[in-house]
Amino acid sequence: MATTKKRIYLDYNATTPLFPKVATVLSQAFGSLGNASSIHKEGRSVRGAIEDARESVSKLIGVPASTIIFSSGGTEANTTVVRGLINSGAVNDIFCSAIEHPSVRDHVNPERHIPVDNRGRIDLQQLHDVLRGKKAPFLMCVMLANNETGVLQPIRDVSTLVHEFGGLVLCDCVQGPGKTDLDFTSLGADFLTFSAHKIGGPQGVGCFVMNSEADLEPLLIGGGQENKRRSGTENAPGIIGFGAAARITAETSNVEKISGLRDQLEAALLRAKSDAIIFGREVDRISNTTNVAIPGVSSERQLIKLDLAGFAVSAGSACSSGKISSSHVLLAMGVSEEIAGSAIRISIGRETSWPDLEKFVEIWATL
Amino acid sequence: MSTTPKSPEGAKPRIAVAMSGGVDSSVCAALLVKQGYDVVGLTMQLYDHGAATAKGKTCCAGQDIHDAKRVANKVGIPHYVLDYEKRFEKDVIIPFAESYRRGETPVPCILCNQTVKFRDLIEAAKDFGAEALATGHYIRREEVDGNVSLHRAVDQSKDQSYFLFATTSEQLAYLRFPLGEVSKPETRSLAQKFDLDIAGKADSQDICFVPKGSYTKVIEKFHTGEKNKGRFVHVDGHDMGEHEGIEHYTVGQRRGLGLGGEAEPLYVVEIRPTDNVVVVGPKANLAKHEINVRDVNWLGGGRFIPDGETRIEARVRNTHEPVPALISQGARTNQARVFFEEALFGVSPGQACVFYSGEQVLGGGWIMPGGVNTNVPHNKRNAEASAAKAL
Repeated sequence: MATTKKRIYLDYNATTPLFPKVATVLSQAFGSLGNASSIHKEGRSVRGAIEDARESVSKLIGVPASTIIFSSGGTEANTTVVRGLINSGAVNDIFCSAIEHPSVRDHVNPERHIPVDNRGRIDLQQLHDVLRGKKAPFLMCVMLANNETGVLQPIRDVSTLVHEFGGLVLCDCVQGPGKTDLDFTSLGADFLTFSAHKIGGPQGVGCFVMNSEADLEPLLIGGGQENKRRSGTENAPGIIGFGAAARITAETSNVEKISGLRDQLEAALLRAKSDAIIFGREVDRISNTTNVAIPGVSSERQLIKLDLAGFAVSAGSACSSGKISSSHVLLAMGVSEEIAGSAIRISIGRETSWPDLEKFVEIWATL
Repeated sequence: MSTTPKSPEGAKPRIAVAMSGGVDSSVCAALLVKQGYDVVGLTMQLYDHGAATAKGKTCCAGQDIHDAKRVANKVGIPHYVLDYEKRFEKDVIIPFAESYRRGETPVPCILCNQTVKFRDLIEAAKDFGAEALATGHYIRREEVDGNVSLHRAVDQSKDQSYFLFATTSEQLAYLRFPLGEVSKPETRSLAQKFDLDIAGKADSQDICFVPKGSYTKVIEKFHTGEKNKGRFVHVDGHDMGEHEGIEHYTVGQRRGLGLGGEAEPLYVVEIRPTDNVVVVGPKANLAKHEINVRDVNWLGGGRFIPDGETRIEARVRNTHEPVPALISQGARTNQARVFFEEALFGVSPGQACVFYSGEQVLGGGWIMPGGVNTNVPHNKRNAEASAAKAL
């Protein structure tokens, strides 16, 4: 197997390269003194920078800045909303789609996982049947786009349905910004969650948006930061970096260019291996994600051989040990254990070029 | 077996290392990096660590995989975890449980080497473009004119040849054992020299998938239902009471039988799965002069054990030293008869009998039930029997 010297990164859904400008902003932020809660000049200066960042994030999402609560990332944001609504008594039950991220799904009793169809979209009829007659208020969680397949979920329809039954909607939008031109305000969801490092920002910072007056008990209690929703001294450099990344993302939409590359890639994959299976291709997806199986070749083998050849991709959900389990998303779509265990995810982004993808296809074809 | 890959011209030769997270395999990886190879670290995930230690909330992998990753990072090599949980259960844990239920005392480490390690891991290493697979075993491999032979480690106290008798010539051709010439203290000092965090880590003991040495729990997991209670019977024929199930006993065992009041200490001398009986008796009844072994792997040159009797040394337990013996072909294909001039005590079916000629490992096989406790070689016995018949 030929080895490429230059690494080719095709795992943007896991994390993205930091925008160089964000790196500059971060290093400045790490160099400035001050606690945003202090009343002196140093404190005021950091406070100002955090609020500027909130403004930038709010513009990217299209919601009022006052509804944004910063957190340590998508997992904390999801957990705060789910546990916070349960703990406050604002909801008495939780449901979610069967393909949610574990930071949502693992809060929900498996009997309350709403199935998806074989193209990876939540089954609205099933949702209707499950919710009918349920005692409100409850919480329904559904992601904007699935991290493994990229399949967009019919959030507006879900919101309408859930609201009809008196429930609240949490929409995990972590894979959304920069990968779709959708207007987040039109989703109708009561809570939205985001993460900075999926849009060229730093790891360890994210936020949730409260479009609802529902009572939400904070996970962290203390100094009352973030409108008492999330105590603890703010991760000021992280938040400032998030703001900078949000600004750049809003200004430089490349959704069409990326989806064009993705389509070219998928055509090349299918040309190279006629038995390859690409999941969710028939329905609307975000611009950058391809989930493809080579029946008979395990995901584990594919990943290792691609890594040794210089390509970074991912598969299923890797345990912290590095052991790969079959994708719960593909299994939920009715894909067999065997085929699900032979799928990998290719997620591209702003630095991906067609020559990179051509090299990838060349090696992938030999697996 | 698939063909051995060749590294591209001009590139460093690629070698895979089986990394357990322990000192030996870590040093092995560091040595190969130092020698200029393109090293790829592989760790097998064999069982759910959290479940095995009843700490359900901990990671499936445990500390060892974490340690292996740290070492790989330190020495600058890629490292991957291969999920072998299903095949390890099928090829090692279940046969381990079944072996006990047959009244044997299995050696799962050998089964593991035979299956997941030297069948599946070798196959994976080849798939990843490695020219060889190295392990941290204390054993020596010699290659002369393309003929590969296996020899005891220089550090006799760490010699692992007992666990490697089943390695085939084909597997040996692909394997490397960089620690065969090194003593354990030297390995530890190398670990320090390479500044590896695990330099002081304790050696692994016992069977990796058996938490706290309670193997009967593992067996129970695969055989639900009633306890397999049966009778203790003395060699003189009298009943000695109820036992807990044959899987709880091993031939040669003295402690924990709960049988007192005899003039002489009693040992388990035979386990009979057919009628669920554990036969006990004085030490003299443990004596074995001749045993039969099955599934023999012969590494002594030629296709199989030479015709007639061959003088070797044999070892029936990892903790025993090899003793002089005569070996000859057994009643069936791949079986052998092993005759000891001096009786051995505590020879247990299911354990391995490994053959040596001095330092060289000639192979070995699995000890079968039965055996003979008289000091007459089988060929003479046969001759006497035929002579008796003729009269």
